[in-house]
Amino acid sequence: MATHPGPLTAAPPAIRTSRLVRRFGEREVLREIDLTVGAGEFTALLGRSGSGKSTLLRALSGLDHGVRGSGELAVPERVSLSFQDSRLLPWLRVLDNVVLGLGGRRAEDRGREALAEVGLAGRERSWPHELSGGEQQRAALARALVREPELLLADEPFGALDALTRIKMHGLLRELYERHRPAVLLVTHDVDEAVELADRVLVLEEGRIAVDLAVDLPTPRSRRAPRFQEYRDRLLTALGVHPEPVPSEKNDA
Amino acid sequence: MSETLSRARTATAPPGTPGAPPRERADRPAPTGSGAAPAESARQGHRPRRLGPGRAVPFGRLIGPVLLVAVWWLSSALGYLDPRILSGPGTVLATASDLVSTGRLQDNALVSLQRAALGLLFGVLAGVLLAVVAGLSRSGEYLVDGPLQIKRAIPSLALLPLLILWLGIGEQMKVTVIALGVAVNVYINTYAALTGIDGRHVQLAESLRLGRWTFLRKVVAPGALPGFFVGLRLGVTSAFLGLIVVEQVNATSGIGYMMFQAQQYAQSDVIIVGLVAYGIFGYASDALVRIIERRALSWRHTLAR
Ligand SMILES: Nc1ncnc2c1ncn2[C@@H]1O[C@H](COP(=O)(O)OP(=O)(O)O)[C@@H](O)[C@H]1O
Ligand SMILES: [Mg+2]
Repeated sequence: MATHPGPLTAAPPAIRTSRLVRRFGEREVLREIDLTVGAGEFTALLGRSGSGKSTLLRALSGLDHGVRGSGELAVPERVSLSFQDSRLLPWLRVLDNVVLGLGGRRAEDRGREALAEVGLAGRERSWPHELSGGEQQRAALARALVREPELLLADEPFGALDALTRIKMHGLLRELYERHRPAVLLVTHDVDEAVELADRVLVLEEGRIAVDLAVDLPTPRSRRAPRFQEYRDRLLTALGVHPEPVPSEKNDA
Repeated sequence: MSETLSRARTATAPPGTPGAPPRERADRPAPTGSGAAPAESARQGHRPRRLGPGRAVPFGRLIGPVLLVAVWWLSSALGYLDPRILSGPGTVLATASDLVSTGRLQDNALVSLQRAALGLLFGVLAGVLLAVVAGLSRSGEYLVDGPLQIKRAIPSLALLPLLILWLGIGEQMKVTVIALGVAVNVYINTYAALTGIDGRHVQLAESLRLGRWTFLRKVVAPGALPGFFVGLRLGVTSAFLGLIVVEQVNATSGIGYMMFQAQQYAQSDVIIVGLVAYGIFGYASDALVRIIERRALSWRHTLAR
């Protein structure tokens, strides 16, 4: 389990796009994107603010009605999407949020299990605002997982969390990934987060995928490892930032 | 802090704006105490001046009314008040118990309450129905919203002559006038709340592939509920306003009728009993709505603790 199995499984890919275009007015935000993400592959998507990461995710999740564009797009049946804010409905208790729209008699039990998995056992009857920011995000993760997604799309899910909570969430996400093995497309603006969590990192730039880098490091990954730094520097350079020579922790924040 | 916020929300939400759902910052746990106070008090000597009002005294709100009654009592006891202009509190109390023992007060109050309740019932039903039609479908919006926004500009009471022409001066007209005012208030606020549903919640519902019915039940309805309650409270107020007016139009029963008659015989004590009865109705019904609101929006009210 330590090393990533790679897309050598016979399962069909979790994402396949071909010449995917999305435009707002005259501006082409996504320009003919050809992307394949294998089943069970953990991929991170980096890119400057405004580079179209969210646009791509919305297209993949089918939530971009009214946005003009073209191209082909194939995703699995069960796709979960998580947002930067936990987006729990404030008038539903945590468990009801997790099982929202979930059919079947066992829905509640499955919701409880999912909550236990993210460390929120016992908080089923809480209101969302009674949870801390990190707990809210974990509840959102439970809501995404309880649907047993083949593909998890996450748009900066840790963006609003404090540094300590983020570190914990990184561990949790990776752990849940190892256990359930959905394909993951994690949007982030944090290079360290991408290298730490993902087995493949993409950089979106000018509406195209400018970098497609496989991260071949054993997990759990240490940010101090020299090879970690190598990946990090390559990605920072690709993003147009000159990497600092001394390893710094301030990117965690 | 959260307490002031939540009070401001319920007290000052203007008609037409749905009570915006409280935005919880995702990156911060719910506030538990006064935010910056400890840090400030650690700085010795130069403490910032308190700008808000001071601490609340228990039952402090009662001081004003009690003082008013005391002045009234005193001036009538000292003979400054002509009983034909304003009877003293003693006389009013005696008259009230008289009216109760003959059953006149209860009978009239019952008639008045029935009118208000029927008007409220029909008004709320109509208001919600129209808001749902206009809020959930485009064609409904085009058909319903325009006329109701126009109606909003015309006070219900201005329609009185027309309604009397159409419906006569019976109960039907009275209940209709009340219901109209209620319906407009409920409609405006519920409709605004329905169309103002948080787009992020809609996006969530779509990403979870909620069916239309689940979406309406779990996302739209609870999201619009605060707005509905704003409308309901305004509606209750308008119901009593309407009641007072219609009871002065050729009524033969009701609190308003009782007061109108008393005016002709210069019985200021009876008029005051009627006023107090109206006041109690208004206050009690508003309190009732607030209790219902508190229960229905309990997820919100835990914020204020
Ligand atoms: N609904 C929209 N209407 C018009 N322009 C939009 C809309 N959504 C996004 N854009 C534009 O598309 C570009 C990419 O946005 P987005 O995908 O949100 O970027 P990212 O998530 O990478 O920060 C931005 O320049 C943004 O202004
Ligand atoms: Mg974005």
